[in-house]
Amino acid sequence: MGFQIKEQDKKYDVCIVGSGAGGGMAAKILAEAGLSVAVLEAGGDFDPAKEEYRTQLRYPWESPRRGANTQRAFGDFDAAWGGWEIDGEPYTRADGTQFDWFRSRMLGGRTNHWGRISLRFGPNDFKRKDQDGLGDNWPIGYDDVKPYYDKVDKLIGVFGSKEGIYNEPDGFFLPPPKPRLHELFVKKGAQKAKVPVIPSRLSILTRKINAERGVCFFCAQCNRACQVYADFSSSTCLVKPAMQKGRVELYTHAMVREVITNDSGLATGVIYIDKKDLKDYRIGAKVVVLAASACETARIMLNSKSKTHPNGLSNSSGVLGRYLHDSTGTDRMAVLPDLIDRPRYNEDGVGGLHVYSPWWLDNKKLDFPRGYHLEYWGGMGMPSYGFGFGMDTMRQYITDQFGKPTPNGGYGASLKNDVRRIYGATVGMSGRGESVPQYDNYCEIDPNTVDKYGIPVLKFHYKWTEYEVKQSKHMHDTFEKILTGMGAIILGNKPGVETQYGLAAPGRIIHEVGTARMGDDAKTSVLNKYAQGHECKNLFVVDGGSFVSQADKNPTWTILALSWRTSEYIIDQLNKQNL
Amino acid sequence: MDRRENLKVLLSGTVATGFLLSTGCGPDETKISENLIKGYGRTPDEILLDQKLNSELFFSENEKKMVTILANLIIPKDEKSGSATDAGVPDFIEFMMKDYPKFQVPMRGGLMWLDNLSKKTFDKPFSDIPSEHHVELIDKIAWPDTATPEMQYGVKFFNLIRNLTCTGFFTTKIGFDDLGYVGNRPNQWDGVPTDVLEKYGLSYDQNTLDVCLKIEDQQKIAQWDDKGNLI
Repeated sequence: MGFQIKEQDKKYDVCIVGSGAGGGMAAKILAEAGLSVAVLEAGGDFDPAKEEYRTQLRYPWESPRRGANTQRAFGDFDAAWGGWEIDGEPYTRADGTQFDWFRSRMLGGRTNHWGRISLRFGPNDFKRKDQDGLGDNWPIGYDDVKPYYDKVDKLIGVFGSKEGIYNEPDGFFLPPPKPRLHELFVKKGAQKAKVPVIPSRLSILTRKINAERGVCFFCAQCNRACQVYADFSSSTCLVKPAMQKGRVELYTHAMVREVITNDSGLATGVIYIDKKDLKDYRIGAKVVVLAASACETARIMLNSKSKTHPNGLSNSSGVLGRYLHDSTGTDRMAVLPDLIDRPRYNEDGVGGLHVYSPWWLDNKKLDFPRGYHLEYWGGMGMPSYGFGFGMDTMRQYITDQFGKPTPNGGYGASLKNDVRRIYGATVGMSGRGESVPQYDNYCEIDPNTVDKYGIPVLKFHYKWTEYEVKQSKHMHDTFEKILTGMGAIILGNKPGVETQYGLAAPGRIIHEVGTARMGDDAKTSVLNKYAQGHECKNLFVVDGGSFVSQADKNPTWTILALSWRTSEYIIDQLNKQNL
Repeated sequence: MDRRENLKVLLSGTVATGFLLSTGCGPDETKISENLIKGYGRTPDEILLDQKLNSELFFSENEKKMVTILANLIIPKDEKSGSATDAGVPDFIEFMMKDYPKFQVPMRGGLMWLDNLSKKTFDKPFSDIPSEHHVELIDKIAWPDTATPEMQYGVKFFNLIRNLTCTGFFTTKIGFDDLGYVGNRPNQWDGVPTDVLEKYGLSYDQNTLDVCLKIEDQQKIAQWDDKGNLI
């Protein structure tokens, strides 16, 4: 490790840390305004259009593990370089608490593999405290963000349908794809359970929106990143276009350690470790924009201690790292006997669900305060590692020509035939819900551990509360109603209280937000309503860190909208010479 | 060039076999490396890992024989497609042992347990008994719901090898052709085929038809009015 910090030759108007949804959007908007921008990414370059990176349209046998998830968390073809565990980049957890932290170390970050579910927060989602007295309201409301959601819809593209549901605001939608066969069964089951089912809202181009990006060709593999850029990822839709048009320079393998500040407490740039030569470098900038992901941003800010910021950057409130929260999640799987021996056709469709269920109940009449949405899966997808497993418990659901169940397990030609027969007959559903942010769920700097770059790591403290546990129980009751209603045989046992009703560990849904939340009161928040540091006016956070509460919606569309809004504010403030 | 840089060059596909032949690899290693040159979107570290795993051998000769016999009993050739061996299942299982080390003890122990059962029953190792005896033995462990308590070790083992054999078979070209999987290629999804809908007594309601994508519009650049209606 070099003793002397090397000065980069160049100084920039803006230094952006992270190239995911928030960083990519900021790079695009700020560069288009003529500003010079450095984008620092802790991972490598990535472009799904380049053959060397392509995993799309590959067959399972091209992987020696047939796509198994032994190396990449979501399987060999998934476009995430990283996972919940990364060699040399540890994190720790306080005893008796849980948190799993997913990181993608690559240009575009987690937007390369994400589910593309692109839901706007609704008016209620910004003002939860007004409704249930829990947590806090955002300092902004839907009307503040709506113009940016509109712009994001048009710039990036999202399919969906206009439904007129108050808290599920409509946008500028592309047409959705028709439901698959199992999704029509879902509709039937949900109707009996009085659960609405509407077209899903995914940022996938069912129609062309510009000359640069292709349209969806229905391979169902958005998680592998799209070589014709027909789905949204930050690298393909934001960073690369910004680099082509504006003064944007990309630094890959650049692991940011800290933001540097001057005697008056203003940010003057960042220090990063180049992962290739393990030396530290300094980049100077008039404005620093953090977009490293909610937890990584908190880590950088907490590690940026100085005379003027002794408690970490913009953290005299002590709120930095607090209110960390993820979406809740739990799942159930079933066999749909009607679909055994089904006719074959290409049912891949888009990468993900064609229909979903937005939250439909009133929490005032329930024993838990926040809602959830339902996602559905099934169909004749491409067999991959794991296909054909479980015949020791599932074969009984395949009946012979006389209606007699087959014994579980077995071998030989009849087993082989039963695997064929059950192909495409399994279905499942997932609940994804809103949790209540807690002061006591937080990340801090571990006083005992550094990563391989010598940077102190995060230590997590996170426990679900009764609110989330009860919500998970309700999700399972709903799953059973819908699955039974559609004629499915539910597999496995319903999870009970001993597993918090199957509630996934915090971090597993990968919607973690809230570590540097915005607010009007500097004593209880880190950022103001423009995601500007209360105590460092040329520092901005444009990832999920600024969220006051994560709705039951996936956070990406809101990150994009808020990053655009903050970027316009930065341009305005620079023009007024306020920064 | 260091090893990693070599691999980067290989990934870009510019040097290819000339380099490999000059490194003095044996024929088998060359074959493996050629597969890797083709690549499947790996990072340099992942390429090194695949190479390492491919260069190691887990199964003994006897174990590999047993795995091959069992795999072909689980997925035999039939009128529709070939056997587990035809689809390369034993090699796939060999790879998975190294790729997921938690498989190693249950697999090795299970094979040994079965070999022991064979020796006790027929006084010969499993690989040396005739196929009717193979069937006699695995009938004791292949049916989880009716197996006797003392056979539970075997049941667990057989579940594992059944899983790996089924998945190993159906994730190959032979397996895809057998299943009739026709995706993983550019397509135009315009809903479930009409005859299939009719078979299940289902249909798309008018609202769905009105709202959903008209495939012929895909290439038309989308435009909206102020209220978000497509025009």
